[in-house]
Amino acid sequence: MPGKIDKILEQVEQSRVWRSIFRSGRGTSTLHNALAIQQSVFLHLFSTKVRKRMLSFSSTWYLGTLTLGTFFILIVTGVLLMLYYHPSVPQAYADMKDLQFVVSSGLFLRNLHRWSAQAMVFLVFAHMFKVFYRGAYRAPREFNWVIGVVLLLITLLLSYTGYLLPWDQLAYWAITVGSNISAAVPLVGSKIHFLLLGGNQVDANALLRFYVLHCLILPLAALLFVAVHFWRIRKDGGLYVHQSEPKKAGAVDETELVKEVQ
Amino acid sequence: MSDPKDFVAGVDSDQRRSPTRVVFVTRRTSAQVKAHYEEQVQTYPEVLFRVLLAVEILAIVLVVVALLFNAPLEGIADATHTPNPAKAPWYFLGLQELLHYFPPVVAGVLVPTMLVVSLVIIPYFNINIEAAGLFLNNRQRRLQIFYITAIGLIVFLVAFHVYVAAVPTLIVAIAMMIAANSSPTSLSAPRRYLASKPMAWWVMTWFLFELIVLTAVGTFFRGPGWSWVLPWRS
Repeated sequence: MPGKIDKILEQVEQSRVWRSIFRSGRGTSTLHNALAIQQSVFLHLFSTKVRKRMLSFSSTWYLGTLTLGTFFILIVTGVLLMLYYHPSVPQAYADMKDLQFVVSSGLFLRNLHRWSAQAMVFLVFAHMFKVFYRGAYRAPREFNWVIGVVLLLITLLLSYTGYLLPWDQLAYWAITVGSNISAAVPLVGSKIHFLLLGGNQVDANALLRFYVLHCLILPLAALLFVAVHFWRIRKDGGLYVHQSEPKKAGAVDETELVKEVQ
Repeated sequence: MSDPKDFVAGVDSDQRRSPTRVVFVTRRTSAQVKAHYEEQVQTYPEVLFRVLLAVEILAIVLVVVALLFNAPLEGIADATHTPNPAKAPWYFLGLQELLHYFPPVVAGVLVPTMLVVSLVIIPYFNINIEAAGLFLNNRQRRLQIFYITAIGLIVFLVAFHVYVAAVPTLIVAIAMMIAANSSPTSLSAPRRYLASKPMAWWVMTWFLFELIVLTAVGTFFRGPGWSWVLPWRS
């Protein structure tokens, strides 16, 4: 039976339709593996090869990877939550109650979205400090560090705009405290405050603005910068390896005297 | 081969001043090529498999957390009823703590702007790149600057009663004084460790320490009217 399934899979993978989508073809050679990365619009952001010692847990703690993981979980749960949520007053709060008591797994969905968001903020900070303490921000990776700072700000804004959406007391007053700070900007403070809230205080207009920022503008900005962030890793020479970092045991010695030219 | 040389060969190892290197191969010496080779693995499937595994474990952990703990939901928003205290999300509570001592234009605008600007410029300063121990070169001058900065900062924070921020500053300053009186040849390993740390490391560690302390105080130790409360005594 397994042999039969293998045969069917092989036939599918060799079919004209499959090959028109995945051009790398069947096989496990180095070339096939490299093509699997190169020929995919998403995966080609990554390099086809990675230094072996960068796979060890201690070199990155996988913090960047895990941040991306929380982002994916947030997109999936966020889209599902959007199916049940109206960004209007007071319906938004009623939708929260429905998610809690009426919608199947609604409570679980909201819990997962909330805790993943907290985890993402924490992981982004952790990733930043880990990168700093390894010295991975140094040339030629300066600009990727700057993109990372932009992504930190986008993450904070995403979390902050999402905080208002449940329209409960916690949300309302947290956003009131936060948005009042924007009014303290010299000269243009009150204008920024008005632009952010669509009014002089947190109200239905503010809820709609935060909803659009949270569900459309900021996620798109995040996706864009994440793509540049990954692409720059490849373009800046792969994940950072410090000169003094020990090589993994059994690795081939890196320095060889190749040839004497005479 | 007896032509007079029309160039001067210099020796320099500073790649910022002399980025171009020319190799002269004369008859008596031979060029030796050093090749760097490091073991690499294919991204597909080896790295992608690990990424998927890491994300899978993360998803399992988050699902378990989501099953066990409910997200908070309070009563419907009410503009006429202000909770006491009204707290921002936890990652802004460090700033809200500062807002308690300083006017909004300082704690809410100046400090965050300075933080972002300092984060952005980190990789563009040579002093952050060279990574030599802070007090290993120019010791006297750097000690003077350090004392003036540290004492000024602590006096400023105490004058505004920001003891929450002054204590971490004091602890980092003491660690820096230990570093100043240590060297790479010190007998104890912690001292050798501190002595090797560059300026960027100290500034970032101070920032991290303040971030953790201020956020923790804002989250757990602040009650009605932003007064000091103990979380285990409610």
